[in-house]
Amino acid sequence: MVDALVFWVLAGAILGLGVAVVSARSAVHSVLFLVMNFLLVAILYVTLAAEFVAVIQVLVYAGGIVVLYLFVVMLVNLKKEPERFSDPRRAARAGLLLAGAVLAELVGIAVVVAYRGAGVSATSGGLGSDTPYATGNTEQLGWVLYTSYLIPFELASMLLLVAMVGAIVLAKRHLGQIREADEGSEE
Amino acid sequence: MGAFLDTLVVPLLKIAVLLNAVLVAVTFLVLMERKVIAWAQSRLGPMRVGPYGILQAIADPIKLILKEDITPAKVDRPVFTLAPILSLVPALVVFAVVPFGPDPLYYVSDINVGLLFVISVTSIGVYGIILGGWASNSKYPLLASLRASAQLISYEIAVTMTLVSVILTTGTLSLVGIVEAQQEQGVWFAFVQPVALVLVFVGGLAETNRAPFDLPEAETELTGGFHTEYSGMRFALFFLAEYANMIVISAVVAVMFFGGWLRPFPSVEALAFLDFVPPWIWFVGKIFVFLYVFIWIRATLPRYRYDQLMALGWKVLIPVAIGNLVVTGVLKVLL
Repeated sequence: MVDALVFWVLAGAILGLGVAVVSARSAVHSVLFLVMNFLLVAILYVTLAAEFVAVIQVLVYAGGIVVLYLFVVMLVNLKKEPERFSDPRRAARAGLLLAGAVLAELVGIAVVVAYRGAGVSATSGGLGSDTPYATGNTEQLGWVLYTSYLIPFELASMLLLVAMVGAIVLAKRHLGQIREADEGSEE
Repeated sequence: MGAFLDTLVVPLLKIAVLLNAVLVAVTFLVLMERKVIAWAQSRLGPMRVGPYGILQAIADPIKLILKEDITPAKVDRPVFTLAPILSLVPALVVFAVVPFGPDPLYYVSDINVGLLFVISVTSIGVYGIILGGWASNSKYPLLASLRASAQLISYEIAVTMTLVSVILTTGTLSLVGIVEAQQEQGVWFAFVQPVALVLVFVGGLAETNRAPFDLPEAETELTGGFHTEYSGMRFALFFLAEYANMIVISAVVAVMFFGGWLRPFPSVEALAFLDFVPPWIWFVGKIFVFLYVFIWIRATLPRYRYDQLMALGWKVLIPVAIGNLVVTGVLKVLL
């Protein structure tokens, strides 16, 4: 009963903050709402007894990635109230299409889960049954990541590495051009 | 009734005691900093209020509370108000998992991801500085908040990487567990992981914006940095947060590398007489030593230049942290 109440209150707040993220007029306020959103999602994880995921959520998303967002927003968009230079209706069609796709996906997942029964619920899940270190969910998560899901895990890390190298290569080429331009102007 | 007492009343009492202890410690830490820096510079420091200026620690907060709290006209009001709070609250929340002694009486809670909890909650604290600088709508604070965000991101990577190698040594993320691991292995991890100790301490200096990494509040170039537009109690909150964070870093270093509440050389039987000192005094004493080192460093080293700061973070600390992690992992498998 209490769990359900907590869930619904959190879910409502998360959705509300999500709406606030896309409707806030100042980009920095948007980012702030996003942080609060992430923190509430972390609480949701705690109620599901996934403390490790909750803490990583706060560390990586709220503490790391969003700080970078803020950094970029502050660098790029220093004006307080941005004038509305774009016609909101132009993007509306694509937005509607995307929203429809996400809704279809969610409904699809819900139908599949309901069809397969409770076997894939988040709390009872596939974890824990055959792990030798069934002491806490950090150990369980580590065990599952490095056995059952080793290949997807390594693939994901390769993908991130490639993205990182790609970003550096792109930035470097840009720097090189600037330097060439500078040297050219000096001569 | 017993469950009610255990889950609500006792923790709330502990939290009340701990919060008061930390805040009082902070006010005296400010005095200690002024005194130590004064001695380092052959001055006397505060001498007027009370014997040897001891009551200065009481006078300063009273002054800050009574001062007018000015909100400049062009600030982003909600964010300007939120920023000091966002800066202080995480610094205090972290104390929930700091173990002051072996008994559950000495800590508020022992969660199994304690160390990660500390890292993640302190990483929220940077929003106070970033948003405070941005909401002031003034150029120096904005520069400071850009510096703060870049600096925090860079050093957080190095510190977190380093902590992973310590976790490899302990096999647990619980702060209580880390101290118990040092008791079992009979050695402080400062001797097992000396490189990690240096990395975490340097990273801690950078993450608390202390000299020589105090670029976000560099007085000489940014007129006080992110708190230029703040006054009165809101400024005091930023101030409190900085000192509370110093205590947090000192406590984490003491727990991870210097055996927390353990006496020196926990494995040497001949020193068992040292146990007559209660564990929490050992712990507080260790915290005190690191606080002194923080101040000592501030009195000794000049501030880094911004590019030196970034070069140190990315080209020295992060590679060394990764190297340390690899070496720890290899040794762990081989031994």
